[in-house]
Parts: sequence; structure tokens; C-alpha cells
Amino acid sequence: MTAKLRAPGWYRAAAFTVLGVAFAFALVGIVRSAMHYDDTWFHGEGITMVALLGAPLFFLVGLGCFDYWFYWASGRPTRAEDHSSHGATSWKDYFRVNTDHKVIGIQYVCTSFFFLFVGGLMAMLMRAELAQPGMQFVSSQEFNGLFSVHAALLIFLFVIPVFAGLANYVIPLMIGAPDMAFPRLNALSFWMLPLAGTMMVGSFLAPGGSFATGWTAYAPLSTEMPIGQMFFTIGVQFAGASSIATALNFLVTIITMRAPGMSFFRMPLLVWANFSTSLLVVIATPFVAASQFFVLLDRALGFNFFDAFVGAGKDGSVLMYQHVFWFYSHPAVYIMMLPGFGIISEIISVKARKPIFGYRMMAFSLIAIVVLGFTVWAHHMFVSGMQSWIRIPMMITTAIIAVPTGIKIFSWLATLWRGVIRLDTPMLFALGFLTTFTLGGISGVMLAMIPFDIHVSDTYFIVAHIHYVLFGGSLFTIFAGVYYWFPKMTGRMYDERLGKLHFWATFVFFNLTFAPMHVIGVQGMPRRVADYAEQFSAMNMAITVASFLLGLSMLVFLYNMVVSWRLGPRASSNPWRALTLEWQVSSPPPIFNFDAVPTVVGGPYEYGVPGAVHGIFQSPAEAKPTPAGSVATSPTTE
Amino acid sequence: MIAIGAIASAIGIALALWIDWFPADAAKQAAPIDTLYDVLMIVSIPIFVLVMTVILYCVWAFRMRPGQEHEDGPPIHGNTRLEVIWTAVPAILLVSLCSYAYAVLTDIEEKHRGALVVNVRAVQFAWSFGYEGEDGRSVTSSQLYLPQDRPVLFRVTSDDVLHDFWVPAFRVKIDAVPGINTEVRATPTELGTYSVVCAELCGLGHAVMRATVHVVTPAAFDRWLARRSAPAPVAGGGAGGDDGGQPGEGDLAAIGKQTFADAGCAGCHVLADAGAAGTTGPDLDRSLASASEDEIRTAIVDPDAEVEDGYQPGLMPQNFEETLSEQQLDGLVTYLATVSK
Repeated sequence: MTAKLRAPGWYRAAAFTVLGVAFAFALVGIVRSAMHYDDTWFHGEGITMVALLGAPLFFLVGLGCFDYWFYWASGRPTRAEDHSSHGATSWKDYFRVNTDHKVIGIQYVCTSFFFLFVGGLMAMLMRAELAQPGMQFVSSQEFNGLFSVHAALLIFLFVIPVFAGLANYVIPLMIGAPDMAFPRLNALSFWMLPLAGTMMVGSFLAPGGSFATGWTAYAPLSTEMPIGQMFFTIGVQFAGASSIATALNFLVTIITMRAPGMSFFRMPLLVWANFSTSLLVVIATPFVAASQFFVLLDRALGFNFFDAFVGAGKDGSVLMYQHVFWFYSHPAVYIMMLPGFGIISEIISVKARKPIFGYRMMAFSLIAIVVLGFTVWAHHMFVSGMQSWIRIPMMITTAIIAVPTGIKIFSWLATLWRGVIRLDTPMLFALGFLTTFTLGGISGVMLAMIPFDIHVSDTYFIVAHIHYVLFGGSLFTIFAGVYYWFPKMTGRMYDERLGKLHFWATFVFFNLTFAPMHVIGVQGMPRRVADYAEQFSAMNMAITVASFLLGLSMLVFLYNMVVSWRLGPRASSNPWRALTLEWQVSSPPPIFNFDAVPTVVGGPYEYGVPGAVHGIFQSPAEAKPTPAGSVATSPTTE
Repeated sequence: MIAIGAIASAIGIALALWIDWFPADAAKQAAPIDTLYDVLMIVSIPIFVLVMTVILYCVWAFRMRPGQEHEDGPPIHGNTRLEVIWTAVPAILLVSLCSYAYAVLTDIEEKHRGALVVNVRAVQFAWSFGYEGEDGRSVTSSQLYLPQDRPVLFRVTSDDVLHDFWVPAFRVKIDAVPGINTEVRATPTELGTYSVVCAELCGLGHAVMRATVHVVTPAAFDRWLARRSAPAPVAGGGAGGDDGGQPGEGDLAAIGKQTFADAGCAGCHVLADAGAAGTTGPDLDRSLASASEDEIRTAIVDPDAEVEDGYQPGLMPQNFEETLSEQQLDGLVTYLATVSK
């Protein structure tokens, strides 16, 4: 037993978590007694807040995320890294600290899909409540909690990390690297996520209920809420730290670990997309961390950053919260979309059997979005009461950011033109994405127009827009990516018939659910309400019915994934006849990815060029570049 | 393909213009915003149709047919002229739309001399509207009365958290921000009653934070303001839905019943007599059954003095003593004491 408690793992993690709570209890007690406060040792709120901050760190130490660094820092002999922990031989290996990027990728994807289903169930509950006006199933507190936790989970625990997970699996393979640049940091980044998710879901058990101020957590409402709010404030810190560490890891990996011959303009667009996304994350995410630390300090210690009730002598700035928050949270929508653009570029090129149309413009438009993405945040604040002139430049930049996005859409269309299009499940999701994302983009441009935005901000029009870009946009690309790389990640093929059924059900019921929300929004139904005027009842009932069917379509996906992973037919190494490097190794790839270091000799999308290859498994000295059109000597294509 | 696209666009635009998207149009600000929306539709629909037409045509014309399993498409890497076109045309289009939107914005936010100033105060979860009455007396009302065809400047603020003052029929909204005054302008044009909606999440009662706007004739408005600013407290009242014409008369309980509806009590409370079924606050049929008139009055003007088990303090608005007239308050107490027994 003591051996189990000393070795890294779940037993030690449990013991350390208990230690962490005890630490919080002691620290709060000591400080309160030093300050001569009443209620010294059993101040529940204080203990909870310190425990929320501290216990997860203790847990991570117990699990073994920090072992190597602690040994090294204290000058003790570090355990030699023999890579024995790479790879996974049973499901139990996915519940350990593992430094293999392929294992971590699957850990990320499975964890985030778990939270997708939890968040989706919350959406079902909300739709049940909204089927009719009046209150039926949940109280106002529960309803506000449901939409807040729903949004927080799906943003911080699903869309952002699932892209990080897919990229974790695919990017090192795509650039010909054996692993990420910092494998231990990679493992630590992953293990912070389940903690953040547990905290957010666990907030429902907090006295006073879960956090209920929306995922935006606007101050000063959020600084006055019951303790459940802190589960969001602190949970975001862990999700954000995970995000920042992963982004740094991607940047270093992409900059320093590309295979010989892989210049920046020979990188697949998914690599470009994750490079751009990581830049956004590294620059922007510290701002959301700051905004939530302000809220924490306001609520826990009365700092009054945001408490602005002048009558009581408080002169905090309420608008400051929104500026800091949106300076992250607008770039965040690109963090949640650019990796999807990368996935779509891969799939459309491979499935249409044509090179990406305008490769360089595709890469430059990503960088343009990164730069412009930092200049538009205040379009979320057109009715916030900020200085009114700021609205004008923000309107113009918001409209202009549609130009690089448009370039991407038109380039995908041109890639389809005269191709040989395979309409299998990944491609259907990619084409579905083009449809729904175009609609989401158009409603985005409409929202940039200040006078129209003044009428519809904080209405269901916004709810419709955000779901068209995050569900019809991000989630469709995630489905496309999961189906596309499923053979590579699991070594088995998914069921194509079920995949198509999933696509059509999702596509139809998605539109039936979210398109009518535009209409009720313009008509005047505000968002974030459990009860609404009688005039909206017919439309809401229709939306609820469609949303339940949309929920059912997810079960088809779940069944397909679980059964195909266990029983699907074996996948060949390159079932899609793709050129990028991850398809040139076995499915699933060898433990160290490449038995021989690949050399990149051409662009990633030279479909239709006779004999063109992207990479060959020869030493750089032997390899000769194969310009487009020349005949290669490599045996790597099937 | 072009013909199909053009026909589809025409049908789409016709449909978009035919659908009645917006709520009632009751202010000068509404028409320019509605027109902007129509213009956005006319521009957007052809773009969406273009994307859809190309996708559907490609799927129909270029899908893989049996025997093509190992074929690739032609290696077209790009076309600079095409790429310049689809960068420049959207950019020009978007800048033009921005210019038009800017023109609409200056139009709807135009300042007018002699605008009526209404001080809007938001508190969880109620609105109060302050006017300057006769002799500079300040008048506070829980309902919004506005004269027809006179520009109004709303000065909005909040006593606690963020709220948002929105009249869908006027198309304008602005956040109520604690610590600062925000401003929004509207010129009501149509007589009638419309709703004021809180559009910014403000806590548990957010969904029920509503008030009513009465747009009345200028003469009726002046009469209403004069009556509300009259010094004698007993002459107050009359905030009922009577276009501000006649003061409420008759027994106190009738005034109370009207007040119960006007002040939005039904949003949060159950009261069988008024058909109210709100669940945010306590069930009044039960909790007031044994309460005296004094206790009821305290529960209204100082709701946190004693909070029923299972409910949070701070939810019920604290300002009914200000927003209700003495007569309304007396009426409400009498009414509640009568019907809850």
C-alpha cells in the first residue's frame, strides 16, 4: 500500500488531493486567526476557494505530472527516459501520465467529446424548459446555471481542446517529427483539462447552485454571486493554462522540428492553421486569465476592480471587465475556427483529388485573420455604453475580417472545381461546413453593422449566429476531422453508412434548430431567459422538437465510433491516397512515428501531378527535390 | 448555372423582403434600421446562393463515378486574377456597407434640441423612470410614459449590476451600467403600449424584468406629468393602463389589483386571485395567509428585512417605496391582505 502511495498514479493523486484540501483548511484558518476574524476554522467559502486553486495542483503532483522536474530541480537523479511509457497497450494506459503525443491526442479527443455530451445534455434540458412559455422543469437559478455551464464546457472543454487533441495527434506526424517539442509539458497540459471540466460540472453541487452568469461572467454580477461562480472563475484558469502551454508547445514544435526539406511553404495547411491558432492563444489567453483573476480578487478579497456603485463610494470600472474579457474572447472565436479551416483544407484537397487552390493566399489569409482578430473585440460592446466613437473603427475591422475568410471559402470552392469528388463522410461534413459557415459568416457581417446590432444584440439572433459558427462551423469540421483521421488514430475503419446517416441527420436538424432562432431574435426574444412572451411559443416548440432530434443524431455518431474502434475492419496505412506524411506510416503509426526520418521534397497537395510526392524516407543527401510535374523515384505512394 | 443562381437569388430576396421580420414599428429609429436589414439581405442572399450553386454544381458534375477510383483532378494551383477579384470585390462591398451603416447610425442617433429627458434606473429586477415634473419636482414612475412625436433622450444607469434598456418596438437598446450614465435616443411615433425588456443577464429575475411603455398624445402626457408632480400625496396614482387620462378611483383593492399587474409582481410570485404563477419568489397565497397589513407593507418596501426560507435575499426590487405612489402602495397592501386570506 505504501508503495502504491509513493509511486505516481491515482492512489498518490487521491492522497495528495486530500493533502491539498487540508492545506487549504490550514492556510485559511491560520490567516483568519492572524487577522482575528470570527469563524476562524470553518469558513466554508474561503476554504473552498483556496482548495479549488490548490487541490488540483496537489492532484497533478500526486498523479506524477511534476516528478521529472522535481527530481531534476532538487538535484536527485532523474529517471532515465527510456520511452517505455510511450504507446498504449490497454485502455488503462490512457488514464496515466503519458508523454506520447499520440496517446495524449486520443486522451484529449475522448475527454473533450465526453464534455460535448455532458454539455449537449444540458442544452436538451434547456430546450425542454423552453418548449413552452412559463416555468416547467427547472427553476430560474437552474436554468441560468444550465446555459452558463453549457457554454463554458463547450467552449473551454470541447471546441478548444478537441482541436488541440486532433493537432496533438496529427501535427508531429505531418511535419515528420517523432513527438512534440516538450512531451512532459504536453502531458501536464492535458491533465489540467479534466480538472477544469470536473470543477465546472461540479459547480452544480455548490451551495447556492452552479455559476449562473453566462460564460461571459460579466462583472459586477459575477462578483456578487454565490460560491458556485468561483468554480468557473478558477476552472477557466486551469483550462487557460492548459491552452497556453499547449500553444507554446505547438509553436516550438512547428518552428524547430520540421523534417528536412519541409519549408514553411511546404507545410500542410493544418500545420499553418495550428501555428496561427497558437499565436492567438499565446497572446490572447492571458487576458481571460487576468479578467477572471480580477473577479476572484473582487469577490474573495473585496478589491473593487469592478464594483462601481458610486453611492457607496466604490469607483471600480465595469466596462474594464468587458474590454479585458473580449480582448481574449473575440480572438477565441478564431482559436475555435482556424484549426477547423486547416482540417477542411486537408479534406477538400484529398477528397477532390486536386491541389489546394491558391495555397499561399490560404496561408496568408490565416495570418491576416490572426492580426485583424486583435482589432475587433469591442464589436461585442456596441450597446455597452463605451465611448461611442470606438464603435466605428471596430465596425470597419469586423467587416474587413470577412475578406480573408471569404478568400478561404472561394479558394475551397475553386479547389472543388473540376476535381474528382469523393462524397464520403468527411467530405460531406466539409461541404456541410461550407454551407453553414457561410451563413454564420453572413450573419456575422450583418452583426458588424452597428444599427442592426443595436437591435439584435443579446437576442436569439446572437444565439443563432454563434451556433452557426461554432456548431455549423467548428463542430462540423471536428466531425470531418474525426472521421478523416479515425483510421489513422485507431487502425480501423468507421462504418460509412452510419457516418452518412449521422451527417444528414445532423445537417438537417441543425438547420431546423438554429435557423428559426434568427427569426425570433429579430422579432425581439432576448437570450438567456427561461420564460418568454406568448408570441414566441410556436417557434420555440418547433426548435425544441428539432433540437431533440439533433441530440438523437449524436447517438449515431457515438455508436459508430465505439463499435468501429473495437470491431471495425482494419485500416490500411493510407486509405484516402493522401500525400501528407501522417498517411505514409502504418495505421496506427509506430511508437516513434517514423522508423526513418522523412525528407520533404515537394508541396503537400500535388494531387493530379503525375508521380509527385510530398516526402520520401531517404536521407537528405540521397533525396532530390521533385518539382511539380516530375517523376519521383520514391516508393512511398501506394 | 448562372441562370439557376440568378433565379434562386431572386426568389430568396423576394422571400426575405416579404417576410415580416421585425416587431411593431413605433419610433422614428425603426424604419432606417429595418431598411438597413433589407439591404443586408439583398446583398447577402446572392453571395450565399453563389456558394451553394458552386457546391451543388461541383457535387453534381464532378462527383466520382464508378471507374474513377484512382483518378485525380487536374493540377490547378491557382489563378492570380481570380484571387485578386475575390479579395477586392468583397472588400469594396464591405466598405460600402459600412459607410451606409454609418449613415444610418448618425441618422438614428441625431441629437435634438428640447428632447424630453427620461432618467431610467435599473435595479434587480425592476425599472423606474424619472421625469422632471412641474416646478422642477422630480417624478418617478414604474411605467414609462412618452409623448408622441417628441424626441426622447434616455439617461440610463443601474443601482446594482448590468442591465440593458431595450424597447424592441423602438429598435434601440443600451446597457444600464452601474457608476456611469449611458444614453440612447428614440422618437416615438405610434400611439400604443409596448414592452421594455431587460436584455442583459442580470440574475435570477432577468426573464421577468419587464415594464410597459405607453406612447400617448402630448396633451395626455402633460396631464399625466402634472398629476404625478402635484404636491398632495393622496392625489397621486393613476399609473394604470388608462393612457394617463383619468386617475384611478374606486376602492383601494381595485387600485391594488391593478398595481399588482403593473409593477410586475406576477413575474415572480404566485397569487391565485391575479392568475399569477411566477416561481422566482415565494407563493403569496401561502406566505401572506397569516400576515398583517403592516407586515405586508414591510415585505414590499423592505423585502430583505425578512426573507422566506429557501429564497435568496437581494432578489426582490428594493425601490417600490419610490416607484409606487402612496395610493398604489396602500392599494396593494389592502388588496394582498384581502385576497390572501
